[in-house]
Amino acid sequence: MKRLASGLLLALMLAAVPVVHAKEAPLVGEDPVLQQRMMKLASILRCLVCQNQTIADSHAELAEDLRKQILAMMKDGKSDQEIEDYMVARYGDFVLYRPPLKATTVLLWAAPALLVVLGGALVVRAARRRNELPVQDEALDPEQQRLADEILHSDQEGAV
Amino acid sequence: MTRFWPLGVFLVLVVFLYVGLYLDPHEVPSPLIGKPAPAFALTKVDDPAQTVAREQMLGRVWVLNVWASWCVSCREEHPLLVEFARHVPVEIYGLDYKDQRPEALSWLAQFGNPYKAALFDGDGKVGIDFGVYGVPESFVIDKKGVIRYKQIGPFTEDALMNKLLPLLQKLQAES
Repeated sequence: MKRLASGLLLALMLAAVPVVHAKEAPLVGEDPVLQQRMMKLASILRCLVCQNQTIADSHAELAEDLRKQILAMMKDGKSDQEIEDYMVARYGDFVLYRPPLKATTVLLWAAPALLVVLGGALVVRAARRRNELPVQDEALDPEQQRLADEILHSDQEGAV
Repeated sequence: MTRFWPLGVFLVLVVFLYVGLYLDPHEVPSPLIGKPAPAFALTKVDDPAQTVAREQMLGRVWVLNVWASWCVSCREEHPLLVEFARHVPVEIYGLDYKDQRPEALSWLAQFGNPYKAALFDGDGKVGIDFGVYGVPESFVIDKKGVIRYKQIGPFTEDALMNKLLPLLQKLQAES
Protein backbone atom coordinates (compact mmCIF):
# COMPACT_ATOMS: atom_id res chain seq x y z
CA MET A 1 0.00 0.00 0.00
CA LYS A 2 2.75 2.35 0.97
CA ARG A 3 4.71 1.47 -2.13
CA LEU A 4 1.68 2.17 -4.31
CA ALA A 5 1.17 5.53 -2.66
CA SER A 6 4.77 6.58 -3.12
CA GLY A 7 4.68 5.37 -6.72
CA LEU A 8 1.63 7.50 -7.36
CA LEU A 9 3.30 10.47 -5.72
CA LEU A 10 6.35 10.06 -7.89
CA ALA A 11 4.20 9.87 -11.01
CA LEU A 12 2.42 13.06 -9.98
CA MET A 13 5.68 14.86 -9.35
CA LEU A 14 7.05 13.81 -12.71
CA ALA A 15 3.91 14.97 -14.43
CA ALA A 16 4.24 18.36 -12.77
CA VAL A 17 7.77 18.94 -14.09
CA PRO A 18 7.43 21.86 -16.49
CA VAL A 19 8.68 21.43 -20.02
CA VAL A 20 11.54 23.87 -20.00
CA HIS A 21 12.60 23.74 -23.60
CA ALA A 22 9.27 24.15 -25.35
CA LYS A 23 10.66 26.29 -28.12
CA GLU A 24 8.78 27.09 -31.29
CA ALA A 25 9.64 25.09 -34.35
CA PRO A 26 12.04 27.17 -36.43
CA LEU A 27 10.69 28.84 -39.53
CA VAL A 28 11.65 26.69 -42.48
CA GLY A 29 14.09 27.96 -45.03
CA GLU A 30 15.67 30.55 -42.77
CA ASP A 31 19.35 30.99 -42.03
CA PRO A 32 19.99 29.01 -38.81
CA VAL A 33 22.53 31.55 -37.52
CA LEU A 34 20.08 34.42 -37.94
CA GLN A 35 17.35 32.21 -36.56
CA GLN A 36 19.41 31.59 -33.44
CA ARG A 37 20.18 35.28 -33.02
CA MET A 38 16.49 36.09 -33.36
CA MET A 39 15.49 33.51 -30.72
CA LYS A 40 18.12 34.86 -28.36
CA LEU A 41 16.73 38.38 -28.66
CA ALA A 42 13.15 37.14 -28.53
CA SER A 43 13.88 35.35 -25.26
CA ILE A 44 14.50 38.64 -23.42
CA LEU A 45 11.32 40.25 -24.72
CA ARG A 46 7.96 39.80 -23.04
CA CYS A 47 4.92 38.74 -25.00
CA LEU A 48 2.19 41.20 -24.07
CA VAL A 49 -0.62 38.82 -24.85
CA CYS A 50 0.48 36.11 -22.41
CA GLN A 51 2.52 38.20 -20.05
CA ASN A 52 4.54 35.53 -18.33
CA GLN A 53 6.06 34.21 -21.53
CA THR A 54 8.77 35.54 -23.74
CA ILE A 55 8.24 36.27 -27.39
CA ALA A 56 10.47 33.24 -28.06
CA ASP A 57 8.26 30.88 -26.03
CA SER A 58 4.80 32.19 -26.76
CA HIS A 59 2.43 30.65 -29.26
CA ALA A 60 0.34 33.81 -29.44
CA GLU A 61 -0.15 35.15 -32.92
CA LEU A 62 1.35 38.50 -31.97
CA ALA A 63 4.51 36.78 -30.72
CA GLU A 64 4.75 34.95 -34.03
CA ASP A 65 4.41 38.21 -35.93
CA LEU A 66 7.02 39.85 -33.75
CA ARG A 67 9.46 36.99 -34.29
CA LYS A 68 9.02 37.48 -38.03
CA GLN A 69 9.46 41.21 -37.55
CA ILE A 70 12.70 40.71 -35.60
CA LEU A 71 14.01 38.39 -38.29
CA ALA A 72 13.09 40.86 -41.03
CA MET A 73 14.84 43.69 -39.18
CA MET A 74 17.94 41.54 -38.68
CA LYS A 75 18.04 40.83 -42.39
CA ASP A 76 17.91 44.59 -42.93
CA GLY A 77 21.11 44.80 -40.90
CA LYS A 78 19.57 46.27 -37.74
CA SER A 79 21.47 45.69 -34.50
CA ASP A 80 19.94 43.94 -31.50
CA GLN A 81 19.84 47.28 -29.68
CA GLU A 82 17.94 48.93 -32.53
CA ILE A 83 15.38 46.13 -32.54
CA GLU A 84 15.02 46.36 -28.76
CA ASP A 85 14.42 50.11 -29.07
CA TYR A 86 11.85 49.44 -31.78
CA MET A 87 9.92 47.16 -29.42
CA VAL A 88 10.17 49.56 -26.47
CA ALA A 89 8.91 52.43 -28.64
CA ARG A 90 5.75 50.46 -29.35
CA TYR A 91 5.07 48.41 -26.24
CA GLY A 92 6.94 50.31 -23.53
CA ASP A 93 9.56 49.17 -21.03
CA PHE A 94 7.18 46.40 -19.99
CA VAL A 95 8.30 44.46 -23.05
CA LEU A 96 11.78 44.10 -21.53
CA TYR A 97 12.24 41.31 -19.01
CA ARG A 98 15.10 43.34 -17.54
CA PRO A 99 13.64 46.75 -16.78
CA PRO A 100 15.95 49.76 -17.31
CA LEU A 101 17.03 51.88 -14.35
CA LYS A 102 14.82 54.98 -14.46
CA ALA A 103 13.14 57.34 -12.03
CA THR A 104 10.03 55.15 -12.12
CA THR A 105 11.94 51.90 -11.55
CA VAL A 106 14.43 53.06 -8.91
CA LEU A 107 12.32 51.57 -6.13
CA LEU A 108 12.15 48.25 -7.96
CA TRP A 109 15.93 48.09 -8.32
CA ALA A 110 16.71 49.43 -4.86
CA ALA A 111 14.12 47.39 -2.96
CA PRO A 112 16.31 44.29 -2.33
CA ALA A 113 19.20 46.39 -0.94
CA LEU A 114 16.77 48.50 1.10
CA LEU A 115 15.20 45.40 2.59
CA VAL A 116 18.61 43.96 3.54
CA VAL A 117 19.60 47.24 5.23
CA LEU A 118 16.26 47.50 7.00
CA GLY A 119 16.33 43.87 8.14
CA GLY A 120 19.96 44.25 9.29
CA ALA A 121 19.07 47.36 11.29
CA LEU A 122 16.23 45.49 12.99
CA VAL A 123 18.51 42.58 13.89
CA VAL A 124 21.21 44.91 15.30
CA ARG A 125 18.62 46.78 17.31
CA ALA A 126 17.14 43.60 18.74
CA ALA A 127 20.61 42.30 19.62
CA ARG A 128 21.58 45.55 21.38
CA ARG A 129 18.40 45.61 23.33
CA ARG A 130 19.02 42.10 24.56
CA ASN A 131 22.51 43.11 25.77
CA GLU A 132 21.11 46.02 27.68
CA LEU A 133 18.68 43.88 29.65
CA PRO A 134 19.33 44.48 33.42
CA VAL A 135 21.38 41.66 34.88
CA GLN A 136 20.10 40.46 38.24
CA ASP A 137 22.96 41.01 40.66
CA GLU A 138 21.19 41.72 43.90
CA ALA A 139 23.21 40.78 46.95
CA LEU A 140 22.36 37.48 48.61
CA ASP A 141 20.95 37.55 52.06
CA PRO A 142 23.06 35.83 54.77
CA GLU A 143 21.07 32.64 54.62
CA GLN A 144 21.51 32.33 50.84
CA GLN A 145 25.18 33.21 51.16
CA ARG A 146 25.72 30.46 53.72
CA LEU A 147 23.94 27.96 51.47
CA ALA A 148 25.98 28.97 48.46
CA ASP A 149 29.25 28.66 50.39
CA GLU A 150 28.27 25.27 51.67
CA ILE A 151 27.47 24.01 48.17
CA LEU A 152 30.66 25.44 46.71
CA HIS A 153 32.81 23.97 49.45
CA SER A 154 31.22 20.60 49.39
CA ASP A 155 31.79 20.54 45.67
CA GLN A 156 35.48 21.38 46.07
CA GLU A 157 35.98 18.80 48.76
CA GLY A 158 34.22 16.21 46.69
CA ALA A 159 36.55 16.92 43.79
CA VAL A 160 39.71 16.39 45.78
CA MET B 1 4.10 51.43 21.70
CA THR B 2 6.66 49.23 19.94
CA ARG B 3 4.42 46.26 20.38
CA PHE B 4 2.11 47.75 17.75
CA TRP B 5 4.57 47.83 14.92
CA PRO B 6 3.66 44.38 13.56
CA LEU B 7 0.13 45.71 13.27
CA GLY B 8 1.50 48.72 11.37
CA VAL B 9 3.36 46.47 8.93
CA PHE B 10 0.25 44.37 8.49
CA LEU B 11 -1.89 47.45 7.72
CA VAL B 12 0.61 48.67 5.11
CA LEU B 13 0.47 45.23 3.51
CA VAL B 14 -3.32 45.33 3.52
CA VAL B 15 -3.30 48.69 1.74
CA PHE B 16 -0.91 47.38 -0.92
CA LEU B 17 -2.94 44.23 -1.52
CA TYR B 18 -6.19 46.19 -1.60
CA VAL B 19 -4.86 48.57 -4.23
CA GLY B 20 -3.46 45.58 -6.12
CA LEU B 21 -6.95 44.14 -6.43
CA TYR B 22 -7.93 47.01 -8.70
CA LEU B 23 -4.88 46.97 -10.96
CA ASP B 24 -5.22 45.18 -14.26
CA PRO B 25 -1.85 43.77 -15.36
CA HIS B 26 -3.18 43.61 -18.89
CA GLU B 27 -3.43 47.39 -19.05
CA VAL B 28 0.10 48.26 -20.00
CA PRO B 29 0.46 52.02 -20.36
CA SER B 30 1.27 52.85 -23.97
CA PRO B 31 4.52 54.70 -24.60
CA LEU B 32 2.82 56.24 -27.64
CA ILE B 33 0.63 58.61 -25.66
CA GLY B 34 1.80 62.15 -26.31
CA LYS B 35 3.69 61.04 -29.40
CA PRO B 36 2.70 61.45 -33.05
CA ALA B 37 0.59 58.61 -34.38
CA PRO B 38 2.69 56.23 -36.49
CA ALA B 39 2.56 56.87 -40.22
CA PHE B 40 0.34 54.58 -42.23
CA ALA B 41 -1.30 54.33 -45.61
CA LEU B 42 -3.96 51.66 -45.72
CA THR B 43 -6.61 50.63 -48.17
CA LYS B 44 -10.26 50.62 -47.23
CA VAL B 45 -11.80 47.30 -46.34
CA ASP B 46 -14.58 47.76 -48.89
CA ASP B 47 -12.37 49.25 -51.60
CA PRO B 48 -8.77 48.08 -52.08
CA ALA B 49 -8.23 50.90 -54.58
CA GLN B 50 -8.72 53.70 -52.06
CA THR B 51 -6.04 54.51 -49.50
CA VAL B 52 -6.23 56.57 -46.35
CA ALA B 53 -3.02 57.97 -44.90
CA ARG B 54 -2.11 59.58 -41.60
CA GLU B 55 -1.47 62.97 -43.21
CA GLN B 56 -5.04 63.19 -44.46
CA MET B 57 -6.29 63.22 -40.87
CA LEU B 58 -4.26 66.21 -39.70
CA GLY B 59 -6.40 69.07 -38.47
CA ARG B 60 -9.16 66.76 -37.25
CA VAL B 61 -9.79 64.95 -34.02
CA TRP B 62 -10.40 61.29 -34.70
CA VAL B 63 -10.63 57.90 -33.06
CA LEU B 64 -8.91 54.79 -34.35
CA ASN B 65 -10.76 51.69 -33.23
CA VAL B 66 -8.83 48.44 -33.70
CA TRP B 67 -11.18 45.53 -34.31
CA ALA B 68 -11.48 42.28 -36.23
CA SER B 69 -14.24 39.94 -37.29
CA TRP B 70 -12.63 37.17 -35.20
CA CYS B 71 -12.56 39.33 -32.08
CA VAL B 72 -15.14 38.25 -29.55
CA SER B 73 -15.12 41.26 -27.23
CA CYS B 74 -15.49 43.54 -30.26
CA ARG B 75 -19.07 42.27 -30.47
CA GLU B 76 -19.68 43.70 -27.02
CA GLU B 77 -18.17 47.03 -27.88
CA HIS B 78 -19.50 47.43 -31.38
CA PRO B 79 -23.16 48.27 -30.69
CA LEU B 80 -22.01 50.93 -28.23
CA LEU B 81 -19.77 52.48 -30.88
CA VAL B 82 -22.57 52.39 -33.45
CA GLU B 83 -24.85 54.15 -31.00
CA PHE B 84 -22.15 56.63 -29.99
CA ALA B 85 -21.30 57.54 -33.59
CA ARG B 86 -24.97 58.11 -34.30
CA HIS B 87 -25.33 60.73 -31.58
CA VAL B 88 -21.92 62.32 -31.32
CA PRO B 89 -20.23 64.11 -34.20
CA VAL B 90 -17.00 62.14 -34.11
CA GLU B 91 -14.87 60.59 -36.79
CA ILE B 92 -14.21 56.97 -35.93
CA TYR B 93 -11.96 55.01 -38.22
CA GLY B 94 -11.74 51.26 -37.93
CA LEU B 95 -8.47 49.37 -38.13
CA ASP B 96 -9.35 45.90 -39.29
CA TYR B 97 -6.52 43.98 -37.65
CA LYS B 98 -5.30 40.69 -39.14
CA ASP B 99 -8.54 39.91 -40.87
CA GLN B 100 -9.99 38.93 -44.24
CA ARG B 101 -11.93 41.47 -46.28
CA PRO B 102 -15.05 39.35 -46.94
CA GLU B 103 -15.38 38.34 -43.27
CA ALA B 104 -14.88 41.93 -42.15
CA LEU B 105 -17.48 43.25 -44.59
CA SER B 106 -20.14 40.75 -43.64
CA TRP B 107 -19.37 41.42 -39.96
CA LEU B 108 -19.96 45.15 -40.50
CA ALA B 109 -23.14 44.42 -42.43
CA GLN B 110 -24.39 42.30 -39.56
CA PHE B 111 -23.42 44.46 -36.57
CA GLY B 112 -23.54 47.93 -38.09
CA ASN B 113 -20.85 50.29 -39.28
CA PRO B 114 -19.87 53.19 -37.03
CA TYR B 115 -16.78 54.01 -39.09
CA LYS B 116 -16.13 56.87 -41.43
CA ALA B 117 -13.88 54.32 -43.08
CA ALA B 118 -12.69 50.87 -42.13
CA LEU B 119 -9.00 50.44 -42.94
CA PHE B 120 -7.56 47.08 -43.81
CA ASP B 121 -4.47 45.89 -41.92
CA GLY B 122 -4.38 42.27 -43.04
CA ASP B 123 -0.85 41.45 -41.93
CA GLY B 124 -1.06 43.47 -38.72
CA LYS B 125 1.96 45.65 -39.54
CA VAL B 126 0.21 48.91 -38.69
CA GLY B 127 -1.13 47.22 -35.58
CA ILE B 128 2.44 46.54 -34.47
CA ASP B 129 3.38 50.18 -35.11
CA PHE B 130 0.52 51.23 -32.86
CA GLY B 131 1.63 48.73 -30.22
CA VAL B 132 -1.61 46.79 -30.44
CA TYR B 133 -1.53 43.62 -28.35
CA GLY B 134 -5.15 42.91 -27.60
CA VAL B 135 -8.13 43.70 -29.78
CA PRO B 136 -10.21 45.83 -29.34
CA GLU B 137 -8.08 48.85 -28.61
CA SER B 138 -8.80 52.46 -29.44
CA PHE B 139 -6.66 55.54 -29.90
CA VAL B 140 -7.76 59.16 -29.74
CA ILE B 141 -5.68 61.36 -32.03
CA ASP B 142 -5.73 65.15 -31.89
CA LYS B 143 -5.59 67.80 -34.62
CA LYS B 144 -1.80 67.73 -34.68
CA GLY B 145 -1.78 63.98 -35.23
CA VAL B 146 -0.69 63.21 -31.67
CA ILE B 147 -2.07 60.22 -29.77
CA ARG B 148 -3.77 61.54 -26.64
CA TYR B 149 -5.52 58.51 -25.20
CA LYS B 150 -5.54 54.77 -25.54
CA GLN B 151 -8.41 52.54 -24.54
CA ILE B 152 -7.21 49.01 -23.88
CA GLY B 153 -9.98 46.49 -24.28
CA PRO B 154 -13.55 47.32 -25.23
CA PHE B 155 -15.09 50.72 -24.56
CA THR B 156 -17.81 50.46 -21.96
CA GLU B 157 -20.74 52.84 -21.86
CA ASP B 158 -19.12 54.48 -18.85
CA ALA B 159 -15.79 54.94 -20.65
CA LEU B 160 -17.52 56.35 -23.73
CA MET B 161 -19.57 58.90 -21.80
CA ASN B 162 -17.15 59.83 -19.04
CA LYS B 163 -13.77 59.50 -20.71
CA LEU B 164 -14.07 59.68 -24.47
CA LEU B 165 -16.78 62.33 -24.76
CA PRO B 166 -15.15 64.93 -22.47
CA LEU B 167 -11.78 64.28 -24.10
CA LEU B 168 -13.20 64.77 -27.60
CA GLN B 169 -14.79 68.05 -26.53
CA LYS B 170 -11.52 69.21 -25.02
CA LEU B 171 -9.50 68.25 -28.10
CA GLN B 172 -12.01 69.86 -30.48
CA ALA B 173 -11.54 73.12 -28.58
CA GLU B 174 -7.78 73.02 -29.10
CA SER B 175 -6.47 74.85 -32.12
